[in-house]
Amino acid sequence: MNIEGIVWVLGDNIDTDAIIAARYLSTVVPEELAKHLMEDIWPEFPQLVKKGDLIVAGTNFGCGSSREHAPLAIKGAGVSCVVARSFARIFYRNAINIGLPILECDADLKALESGKDRLKVDLKSGLIFNLQNSDSYQSAPFPPFMQELIARGGLVEYVKSRLG
Amino acid sequence: MNTEQFRYSGSTMVEKILAAKAGQAKVAPGDLVSVIVDLALGNDVTAPVAIREFKRFGLDRVYDPDRIVLVPDHFTPNKDIASAEQVKVVRLFADQQGIKHFYDVGRMGIEHALLPEKGLVWPGAVIIGADSHTCTYGALGAFATGVGSTDLAAAMAIGETWFKVPHTMRFEYKGTLAPWVSGKDLILFTIGQIGVEGARYRAMEFAGPVIDNLPMDGRLTMANMAIEAGGKCGYIQPDQITFDYLKGRVTRSYISVYSDQNAFYEKVFSYDVSNLEPQIAFPPSPDNVFPVSEAKNITLDQVVIGSCTNGRIDDLRVAASILKGKKVSPKIRLLVIPATQHIYSTALEEGLLKIFVDAEAAVSTPTCGPCLGGHMGILAKGEKALSTTNRNFVGRMGHPESEVYLCNPAVAAASAVAGRIVHPEEVS
Repeated sequence: MNIEGIVWVLGDNIDTDAIIAARYLSTVVPEELAKHLMEDIWPEFPQLVKKGDLIVAGTNFGCGSSREHAPLAIKGAGVSCVVARSFARIFYRNAINIGLPILECDADLKALESGKDRLKVDLKSGLIFNLQNSDSYQSAPFPPFMQELIARGGLVEYVKSRLG
Repeated sequence: MNTEQFRYSGSTMVEKILAAKAGQAKVAPGDLVSVIVDLALGNDVTAPVAIREFKRFGLDRVYDPDRIVLVPDHFTPNKDIASAEQVKVVRLFADQQGIKHFYDVGRMGIEHALLPEKGLVWPGAVIIGADSHTCTYGALGAFATGVGSTDLAAAMAIGETWFKVPHTMRFEYKGTLAPWVSGKDLILFTIGQIGVEGARYRAMEFAGPVIDNLPMDGRLTMANMAIEAGGKCGYIQPDQITFDYLKGRVTRSYISVYSDQNAFYEKVFSYDVSNLEPQIAFPPSPDNVFPVSEAKNITLDQVVIGSCTNGRIDDLRVAASILKGKKVSPKIRLLVIPATQHIYSTALEEGLLKIFVDAEAAVSTPTCGPCLGGHMGILAKGEKALSTTNRNFVGRMGHPESEVYLCNPAVAAASAVAGRIVHPEEVS
């Protein structure tokens, strides 16, 4: 599966309070949550991000709380993929469980320009292409167990298949 | 070390618990295992999402209602109509499913203070919670970790979950703690040393003579903040302090699990903490840590004593010992939040609440409230808070341009009197 879109570049240690502040947690509707995505660290972010765009970040993306509202807000905004140097573990589980594509990539992508650079991502091979300058970067492939989870469409479908 | 070599080394406590609950003789870091979940926890923010996902399974009943705990604690007592509706979803689900471990206002507490107190945590247990501070229960020798709502939904449906076996890092603390230095200072210091991703995906084993002598409340504080270093869990192996705490609380039988002498640790950190001062985490990150002597002339607007990190009885006792006969600085709003109804009652009996009220603090019923900027003490633009809670990210307690400093309860109480961040010696 290929994903292609404009990037929005964030730094290291983007915490779940930054992704979606607690004052908005009294709803579980992804599109409602999306209206406040990254609001406290980038007030214009919800207006800037369009369907299909990618988020690119540094290390430890999604650290902090276990709120699934964080990946739900990102998904609700139509973001097609998050590429980071590393993810906090609860966010990593949550993103896979709800079917938000995420990739761990060692390359330093912070030099990319927000709202301008475009990336093409091949989710299966983990290869990422920069469409501005034809650079390419390799991201870490998912372990087989997680590939199965993703292939089945997230944890709920996976568990359903086990329940028979 | 490769997987082959792991066969010949011993196991850490976490590896042994995961192996036992996966029905395997031994596991190695990196292994993916499906394990039995002894207890699955949700709150008023995360459980509604889990309940929505659970319904997608098309099941009538949860796997085992006695292994589920639901505690509405974040926005309770209900802060607005939306949060009242969320709690209602949880309450109805508990009722329909016959979940007896549902704790409502008046009987509840902040989940991670409540579960150990109710005897729902025991050595060797596997506990998952849709709340990142679920790692608290490692203080009692359990494997406990935070997950998301969908993971909680799956565990409610099948009574199992999957884990990647983490590498273990060992943290040894030697020396003697100075007065006013506590478990909070040990964990803030550690996070300051290794950073907010220093233990990402790792199990953190806390050990050494200082831990051997650390009271249970301080241990719970340390394990609680393992997540702030990125940890999957933090734990202390059971000893007499553990067994004394469990006595009268846990009636079921359990087997305490210990790391082998020849266990493999990815890294061992050793700290002599004899000269450790009370620690302060400056905004906007829990690893931005300095000794209190370097927090000069930081005036404050609000001080909070409470939360799953530091709202236990020892925390209230030390705060009261400083506040007794004193007044909170006229420019400061001091909020004191006992973490559970039982702690509230104990503080009432011991006269601690009277000391707080006489000092002109506001004493609240148990709630997570201000810790996550939910309600009960939100900060305005430009305001500064000093708090015994666990996170000081941008906007954590209110306006994005407000600031949060983290500390232990003694520093919080003393600073509330002084009006600025001070060492407790300055006012006691």
